[in-house]
Amino acid sequence: MALTYEKIASTTLSSTQSTVTFSSISNSYTDLVLVMNPISNTTSGSYPYLRFNGDSGTNYSRTMMQGTGSAAQSDKSSNSSEGYFIYGNQVTTDAAFNAIVNIQNYSNTTTNKTFLSRTNVASDRTEALVGLWRSTSAITSITIYCGSNSFVSGSTFTLYGILKA
Amino acid sequence: MATTYTLLSNVTVGSGGAANITFSSIPQTYTDLLIKLSIRQDKPDGYSDIYMKINSSSSNFTIRVLNAVGSSSSSYSSSVGIVGNALGTTSSGGTSSFSNTEIYIPNYTSSNYKSYSSDSVVERNITAWNPIDMIAGLWSNTSAITSLLFESPGYNIEQYSIACLYGISNA
Repeated sequence: MALTYEKIASTTLSSTQSTVTFSSISNSYTDLVLVMNPISNTTSGSYPYLRFNGDSGTNYSRTMMQGTGSAAQSDKSSNSSEGYFIYGNQVTTDAAFNAIVNIQNYSNTTTNKTFLSRTNVASDRTEALVGLWRSTSAITSITIYCGSNSFVSGSTFTLYGILKA
Repeated sequence: MATTYTLLSNVTVGSGGAANITFSSIPQTYTDLLIKLSIRQDKPDGYSDIYMKINSSSSNFTIRVLNAVGSSSSSYSSSVGIVGNALGTTSSGGTSSFSNTEIYIPNYTSSNYKSYSSDSVVERNITAWNPIDMIAGLWSNTSAITSLLFESPGYNIEQYSIACLYGISNA
């Protein structure tokens, strides 16, 4: 049986870092799956985001739905310079934050790139989000930011590739 | 090339049903766990919650739920380990319809608290009250996860219900 779900790279932080980057991503897969269980260095919380290929232009947008424990809500934002895969969820100091981001058809050079994200902080909210990066470039690197704060030791980030053949 | 996605256990409920489905002695050699449930229970019509116990514990859970039922949406929080809904036995969907739930647990062997993500759907061929749940869960315990139990309290899990446990490795 052909393997269709492969680890591309994984990192477990042993020290505090403000960003984590997966670079030189092969174009031999169809889709990418990014799984994160990060920990923040601040109790005030951190809004994580990503950037593809280091692009800090205002090329990201998102639409989300969330449950806060008391309300079901939907919202959107556009022309952002940060590729937020969350809306209200923040990285916490207790490993309560988890995220699974699916990035479809990431290596094609004819269409913009869409990603689907599920993030969870059980003490805060559960979210589903669709994001768009308006670029026809193949994704070759992904950098994850901890907002204006940092990820601490024990934070885990794994990038998987899904094969169609 | 390393295998990253491995079936650890596959349970199909037999004749007479079962009070719960349990995965025990879970290997500690993977990074994350993925559980897929296809379940119905013997509640006369309707649906009921599926609970997860970790290491036989039903304590120290925190959840946030986003719930849509076909005609409205809402959100609530709870301190029990709900992971979704199980379809009842005599629903309009007939006896061959099952609810579906997928649960992802990252870093299940770590010494941190264990967070999880769950998505669950019920469809039974009526115009309302078919719940879709998105759930954020946290088990505030630093022990490695060695067993998982799924049940629908007060009801039996019916024959042909299936639970699959996968280990995902980043090694």
